[in-house]
Amino acid sequence: MADRKTSVQIIDGNRAAAIGATLSRVQVIAAYPITPQSPVTETLSEFVEEGNLKAEYVAVESEHSALAVCTSASIVGARTFTATSSHGLAYVHEMLHWVAGTRLPVVLACVNRAIGAPWNVLNDQQDSISQRDTGWIQIYARNNQEILDSVIQAYKIAETVYVPVMVCYDGYILSHTEMPVDIPSQDDVDGFLPPYKPHTTLDPASPRNYNLVTLANPRVNAEGVLCHGYMEIRYLLQEALQNSRETIARVGHEFGELFGRSYTGMFWEDRLDDADIVIAAMGSLAMEAMAAADMLRDEGYKVGVLGLRVFRPFPKSDLVKVLKKSRLIVVFDKNVSYGLEGATCSEIKSALYGSGANAVVRNFIVGLGGRDVKARELADAVRKSLPAMKEGALNNEYPEWICEI
Amino acid sequence: MGTRECKHICGESSQGIGEGGRTGEWRSARPVIDNDKCTPARQNKPACFLCWLYCPEGVISKTIPVQINLEYCKGCEICAQVCPTHAITMVNEEEFSS
Repeated sequence: MADRKTSVQIIDGNRAAAIGATLSRVQVIAAYPITPQSPVTETLSEFVEEGNLKAEYVAVESEHSALAVCTSASIVGARTFTATSSHGLAYVHEMLHWVAGTRLPVVLACVNRAIGAPWNVLNDQQDSISQRDTGWIQIYARNNQEILDSVIQAYKIAETVYVPVMVCYDGYILSHTEMPVDIPSQDDVDGFLPPYKPHTTLDPASPRNYNLVTLANPRVNAEGVLCHGYMEIRYLLQEALQNSRETIARVGHEFGELFGRSYTGMFWEDRLDDADIVIAAMGSLAMEAMAAADMLRDEGYKVGVLGLRVFRPFPKSDLVKVLKKSRLIVVFDKNVSYGLEGATCSEIKSALYGSGANAVVRNFIVGLGGRDVKARELADAVRKSLPAMKEGALNNEYPEWICEI
Repeated sequence: MGTRECKHICGESSQGIGEGGRTGEWRSARPVIDNDKCTPARQNKPACFLCWLYCPEGVISKTIPVQINLEYCKGCEICAQVCPTHAITMVNEEEFSS
């Protein structure tokens, strides 16, 4: 690693995403500005304008069009990038399905922001969680270094398994906060990330039609070959996501070999080895949880932190391995599935089903619409959950909200 | 043998007749040509062929007499509408099923 040329710059998360896309040699960028994502698009358009990035920057009138441009560019073999937040992501919902269904390796940076009503431009993770069923891989960064590293890895993952990747990071907390980021050299990134090979070929000499009306049942095509019905194509998407875990781990490992920062896990762990109490959270929220764990450790509790990095594919079996010994799991969610609970809590519980684990699980909804999340509040929530361990009340019907109501 | 053999990972097709299935099954009314009125048939000359030109499905032949491939004709009626001699009439499919 010592002979690798890198430079440490103090940059915010949006710039880290833009540099990650640039180092990945994206060829087509189409994005529509929205707070707090706007600096990503501004930075990339500057790079293109200055001649430092050889890419087509397509100015569009909406997020829906942005991803439509990326879809077309990706299908003819261009590496594409877009970025959005909140209402922009909601607006592009339809195209997210199209990109995943066409198995195009588009990378989208989602700068996590609350969604209306009421209007709010600050951070939570409701926007990307609301898109979890669109068939995209979702990676959540915990700091600006992870944003840059995840964008570069996202291309390699996406172009291997032919599934689009959403790199999510918290608005303002990461997007507008500067921190030191180790920026790899272009040569090293080129060595890591080979050129994009599309699974489709659009060639006038051999005309093809993609995403035609596909009937319910398989059918024989003009060449007499039995082709998929709708359900078979959708099964292949599910299968690709199921199998993508290995690719994500392998790419994360290769990245570590080259750049010294390894990403082999679907989640990161802090002091889980001896912990019987686990705080689970996703994105930058898990960093705050580490400060809460420090406080609780000082009081003698064996507390560890599990920071979810990959939300789709959801790492069920990996989670079971590390959570099997725990007696209490406190899950903090910056999102909620209204009428039920936070999404990560539901999924952690579903992972534990049938595993033999008997941990008490408690869910707290925090930080919606930019509400500050204090480590002290997280520690209080854990303390509040302790009696349940003695009572053995494994589950609560609904989560508690940390707010003033 | 399943559909994996086709090697596609998304909806994909190549050009060919019948890529969308036998679309003739969609038809509720069938175009029937009266060759006593149809210009190429009546004059025995390659003339007119407006039905061939306008057919969105490409199922009408540029021949004498003009022929319609009923396996794929959806019965959209455009041919009947553009025919200058009113040689094409749309006949309800039920009349052929009995």
